[in-house]
Amino acid sequence: MLALNETWYLVLAAMIFTIGSVGLLTRKNPLVMFMCVELMLNAVNLTFVTFSKALDDIAGQAIVFFVMVVAAAEVVVGLGIIVAIMRRRQGADADDISLMRG
Amino acid sequence: MNLIWLIPCLPLFGFLVLLVAGRKLGDPGAGWWGTGVVAASFLVVVKVFFDLLALPEEERSLTQTLFTWIPSGSFKVSIGFLADPLSILMCLFITGIGALIHLYSIGYMKGDEKFSKFFLYLNLFLASMLLLVLGDNLLLTFLGWEGVGTCSYLLISFWHTDPANASAGKKAFVTNRIGDFGFMLGTFLVWVTVGSINYADIGPAAPMIAAGTATAIGLLFFLGAVGKSAQLPLSVWLPDAMAGPTPVSALIHAATMVTAGVYLITRLNPIMAQAGWANDVIAWTGAITALVAASIAIAQTDIKKVLAYSTVSQLGYMFLAVGTQNYVAGIFHMVTHAFFKALLFLGAGSVIMAMSHEQDMRKFGNLRKYLPVTFATFMIGWLAISGIPPLAGFWSKDEVLAGAFNAGPAGPVLWFIGLLVALMTAFYMTRVVIMTFFGSEKWRLTDTPHEVVESEDLESSDLVTASVAAAAHGDGHDDHHGLSPDHTPQESHWTMTAPLVILAGLSILGGAINLPFGSDFKHLEHWLAPTLAYEHELPPVPVLVLLAFAAIAVASLGIFLAYLVYSKQKIAAEKIERPVLAHAWYIDETYAKVAGGPGEAGFQGLADFDGTVVDGAVNGVGAGVLGIGNRLRPIQSGLVRSYALGISIGGALLLAFIVTRMNL
Amino acid sequence: MKVEMFTFLLTAAICLAGSAGVVLLRNPVHNALSLVATLFGVAVLFIQQGAYFLAAIQVIVYAGAIVILFLFVIMLLGVDKAEGLHSEPILGQRPAAIAAAVAILGLSLTALLSVGSRVTGQASTLAAIDGSEPNVNALAKVLFTDYVFAFEITSVLLTVAVVGAVVLSRKAGLAIDVDEFPEGTSSDLLQAKRDAAAEELEVAEEVATDDETPEGEAETTEEALR
Repeated sequence: MLALNETWYLVLAAMIFTIGSVGLLTRKNPLVMFMCVELMLNAVNLTFVTFSKALDDIAGQAIVFFVMVVAAAEVVVGLGIIVAIMRRRQGADADDISLMRG
Repeated sequence: MNLIWLIPCLPLFGFLVLLVAGRKLGDPGAGWWGTGVVAASFLVVVKVFFDLLALPEEERSLTQTLFTWIPSGSFKVSIGFLADPLSILMCLFITGIGALIHLYSIGYMKGDEKFSKFFLYLNLFLASMLLLVLGDNLLLTFLGWEGVGTCSYLLISFWHTDPANASAGKKAFVTNRIGDFGFMLGTFLVWVTVGSINYADIGPAAPMIAAGTATAIGLLFFLGAVGKSAQLPLSVWLPDAMAGPTPVSALIHAATMVTAGVYLITRLNPIMAQAGWANDVIAWTGAITALVAASIAIAQTDIKKVLAYSTVSQLGYMFLAVGTQNYVAGIFHMVTHAFFKALLFLGAGSVIMAMSHEQDMRKFGNLRKYLPVTFATFMIGWLAISGIPPLAGFWSKDEVLAGAFNAGPAGPVLWFIGLLVALMTAFYMTRVVIMTFFGSEKWRLTDTPHEVVESEDLESSDLVTASVAAAAHGDGHDDHHGLSPDHTPQESHWTMTAPLVILAGLSILGGAINLPFGSDFKHLEHWLAPTLAYEHELPPVPVLVLLAFAAIAVASLGIFLAYLVYSKQKIAAEKIERPVLAHAWYIDETYAKVAGGPGEAGFQGLADFDGTVVDGAVNGVGAGVLGIGNRLRPIQSGLVRSYALGISIGGALLLAFIVTRMNL
Repeated sequence: MKVEMFTFLLTAAICLAGSAGVVLLRNPVHNALSLVATLFGVAVLFIQQGAYFLAAIQVIVYAGAIVILFLFVIMLLGVDKAEGLHSEPILGQRPAAIAAAVAILGLSLTALLSVGSRVTGQASTLAAIDGSEPNVNALAKVLFTDYVFAFEITSVLLTVAVVGAVVLSRKAGLAIDVDEFPEGTSSDLLQAKRDAAAEELEVAEEVATDDETPEGEAETTEEALR
């Protein structure tokens, strides 16, 4: 049996990241898209923690802490925006909102 | 303590104060202030002069770098001043004569409504001129060069309410631009060749410059000098520049600014030593200009016009000297000329003031009775410029001519032309003196020929630009038609006569700085020696004495001829004053016809080319960008998921790049 | 070793299944629940690698707060309807997305697997994880020393986010009601409140008698929303 080393974690993180990106690109519901972004952030967090262990450096974990704070702030504001949009247009999806069209 | 920076900064400070508080200082406060700062600057120059004198001869070069002006890679320009024998000599007479002319202007400009503005411009002019002379690199000199050009423009068109004055200023400005382009190209070429535009670097590097390049540099800078110093074919602006107030003519258009070209060539003498036939071009241009201008001066009736053409002619002498690499004589003549020509101009100004701003010599006469001080000092100026020993003009002119005689195979021809010019100079100056100070009081005659000639002039010059009309018009000062038959001229205020007396003294003694009686008397030559790369050989003594006697004889002949024509009236004046001379060889008219005819057509063609091809290219680029933008606009769809896709693809490409760069 | 491997494989399976659920399930509520599964899995992986504090934060903040917030918004907006996954309005979006994803995954796997088991880079000397020190202490030490400035900035960021969320989720076009903050003494205010309450009672009685008013009101609010 193969030994459990950092590569396993990193490969898992890459897979989660890819799945998240596919979801972000294909789903139309803005809420689900947000969840996919959270998936991608978590994948990155996982790599940070993995490298932190591999390189014996606590700074990797400190960065994860900050990523989490930023993610929380982002979710709060993002959901606020979604609420505001949904109030105006019931059942809108991401493709309906294209006011910034050139 | 190094005071060099104070020399240009004092007039600049004076300018700034006048700019802010000029009207408050008023008349004559602004004048005294302007005179004061220039006098202070003169004192500083004297101090620096003695500092230099205390140093051993080889070390007489003080530099002071204030700060770096343009740091741009290997191209670095500093605001720095170079005080060496040449620049300090220039500063001495610029600030000295400048202070005297400021003093004179207090009287001359009295009651003018733009009194303080006049001194504002004069101070700015002196600051620029000193910057030109003291700058330790070509760009700084160019800054001063443009500064004096601007002040010259502003002062020529000082009474700009008369359109003739305004267009005379414009003419000077445009003509000078042609020369400036030569200066700029020359600077570029020096930078490319030497890799520096500092005089300190140019001197040692000059012997390495290839002869062809040195010739090109010499010719380009000479083009700049031709424009600024009014040599043929760019001489046309200086006579019109007499539209400005007379002190301006004395300071800018006789003593200082117009000699900047001579200074420039002298400053670059290490390069000129390599420049080959460029020197011949300079010498011949100078000689021919001197001859043509002197011939024109014979037939002018406006007293300032005579002096203007005389200035052009004397500048020709200086270029003759510089072109024969006889720099000491060129600078010597520059200094003495500054003395006696400033004196003559200021004297003429005094006469013009006394005659209610009338400048036509045919209305003068017998003024020695009314203006004794002006008469006495003008006499000295006349003898000095005519080349009568022992006055200043004789020594310097003689040295120029002797140097020309010894300059290669063409030397005797150049010398002969110079001698001819000396004859004419003595002739026309005697003519001025006789018409102005002797004879009958012609303004008392009611019917003068002046009006007839003026209308003729205007008729014949229909095609000619307004500036030529200004030439016929004379000063153009608004209130100059107050000359009535019962007018009694009065001697000027002491602020005007004091400078005259001082300048007269300098015109008598100025020759003493470089007497040819042996090495001990040649103070100027020793003084300038460290800055000159070239030793000029004068002819052997017997020849020198012979040449000197020839010059004296010719000057006396000129005076005698003029006496016969204008005092005894043995020869009709009309035989000598040909129309072709009165019209300045029709140079202005030719320029006007060429510029107005084929020139205008050519420029119209260029304008059409600009309108279709150049503008077309620019507009085409604009239209192309607009078209591409319209094509690309759909990419900006406003759809968030498309943007996200773009980011993903970009990320994938980055990853691909990293993977290919990995050591797999 | 075997236990560790087993734990990893199990959590990895849960994580992948959860993330697949987020992408593939049609109902947003189900998506959110799948996300919780993944987040828990990642928390377990954090514990496995000794990041105990982060694991706790992961559960509390992510699974606890963020996903609940998601669910709250889903319920609030009533968008818990199934989304049609088969229609794709943007031309070529789906194949391009798959291609980009495959490229990203393939390239990262190439990069990871070609290096083998070693992680490139220098081991830390400054902030080394000392086995004797508890994880929370070690993280706290760097957060309040080296990263104290960033830490303070995050507090500002969170405040800004809260204010932003409040502003964004206010009803559109509704300015702050100045009447909520009238001038006067507290006894005056109390009296005014009593009067207002009495008036409201009267209005309510009137409304009860009139049938058409609520419909009209609903219409106007709808218009205002558009």
